[in-house]
Amino acid sequence: MIIAEQKPFEEIIKWLDGYKKVLIAGCGTCVTVCMAGGETEALNLASLLELAGKKNNSNLEITVVTPKRQCDREFLDEIAAAVDKSEVVLSMACGAGIQFMAERFSSKLVLPAVNTKFIGVTREIGIWTEMCQGCGECVLEKTGGICPVTRCSKSLFNGPCGGSSEGKCEINSDTDCGWQLIYNKLKELGRLDKLNEIIEPKDWSNSRDGGPRKIVREDVII
Amino acid sequence: MVEKSKLQKILEAGKFSVTAEIGPPASADADFVAKKARNLKGFIDAANVTDNQTAIVRMSSIAASCLALQEGVEPVVQMTCRDRNRLAIQSDLLGAYALGLRNLLCLSGDHQSFGNHPQSKNVYDIDSIQMIQALKKMKDEKVLIAGNSTKKPAEFFLGATANPFADPEELQFIRLQKKINAGAQFIQTQAIYDMERFKKWMERVREAELHKKTYILAGVLVNKSLKSLEMTKKVAGMSVPDLFVERMEAASSKEAEGFKIALELISEIKKIDGVSGIHIMAVGWESIVPAIVEKAGFLPRPLL
Repeated sequence: MIIAEQKPFEEIIKWLDGYKKVLIAGCGTCVTVCMAGGETEALNLASLLELAGKKNNSNLEITVVTPKRQCDREFLDEIAAAVDKSEVVLSMACGAGIQFMAERFSSKLVLPAVNTKFIGVTREIGIWTEMCQGCGECVLEKTGGICPVTRCSKSLFNGPCGGSSEGKCEINSDTDCGWQLIYNKLKELGRLDKLNEIIEPKDWSNSRDGGPRKIVREDVII
Repeated sequence: MVEKSKLQKILEAGKFSVTAEIGPPASADADFVAKKARNLKGFIDAANVTDNQTAIVRMSSIAASCLALQEGVEPVVQMTCRDRNRLAIQSDLLGAYALGLRNLLCLSGDHQSFGNHPQSKNVYDIDSIQMIQALKKMKDEKVLIAGNSTKKPAEFFLGATANPFADPEELQFIRLQKKINAGAQFIQTQAIYDMERFKKWMERVREAELHKKTYILAGVLVNKSLKSLEMTKKVAGMSVPDLFVERMEAASSKEAEGFKIALELISEIKKIDGVSGIHIMAVGWESIVPAIVEKAGFLPRPLL
């Protein structure tokens, strides 16, 4: 899932200066799970904005909607009427949802209420960790299911650098060395032989480096 | 005291500058570069030494620039943001300046998908405008990007490129102004075939008084064949009127016609108010530059 966190309130309040009718749009998918932009967070943000508005004698008219997703057109259609009545939209979806809102409602200013961080997992409630870069050509079959692009701070492909110590990354003792994790996993699986192969330079043209990406499947297009 | 480059002195003296290019080889052949430099010596004020042009691996611009300098040709180092992060850019440029290089052209660099390593990563840690700004700040305040001071900063004569034919026109013009505001002291344009559009662009430049803040050096491409001209026409951002293709088609000697067209373009460019120099690009035909310069009436070059 996509992990995000809410932008600082002081930033958000600044952008709303001069506007009156604000729509806060939460998203019912990833940002709900990572507690950054779900219905709860949207309602809380609305309350904070109302309080700030009263304090500044600039009463805001705030509407809150939380469609199931902001990255599918059908769910954006459901909130079109509410968007239309607003002057500005504060989207609490990830960067994809924010942009899709801005694209779909092109006459409205859509502002980002969150910072999209990474593709990750829920370690436990309140703790999320990064697991994938979306690099476009998976290498997990070589590394026991642990991603060197993401889990290694240098994205090295042929083992760790000389900087890791006691299984921790040189840049932060709180970060596991990705290659230590890979080694442990392959050892456990009895597949340390995989480490003998020199992994060739990666083809990054499938990654961000090749430019914005698109997938087209003719077999499912209606 | 800043050691000004010859190119800077010529432009500041109000003289019309003549620059050209040296394309480094995809080999470690020092003599290849030296020969090209010797061919240009005495005919031009400076030569751009391209930086892995079209994302094809070639000898480093800095190394080839030093070789050119040894042959008495003043180089303009080119540096792309595509291949280096802010550490490497600063490090390479401090080294380049220490080696006696004095002119720098800051470029984004063609995307690697155009070249011979399309699978590679790009960097684009900072963009060319940010690079210019960082280098100007290095000169003015003796600080590197991280804010730490340096006793001897690299004090390059800073250049950037501009394409009078790229769109959206308004945004490209804003970008040009940003480059100048960031500290670009000279601007080399994309090759000009469409004189009408270039004249209109120069009108805008004069209106905004950009020609008083920076030196505009007009790009001239010398094509030696119909094929190369047609390829030029297809390049994104180029504007080549059909007239030139027709002339090239009809010509019995393509080289003579290419030469003639280049001279005509130069002759017209020289008359345009606000243009401070000519930048000759003779891709794959660098040996023709001396004859172009001589025939265009640019000799002898000023000694400063």
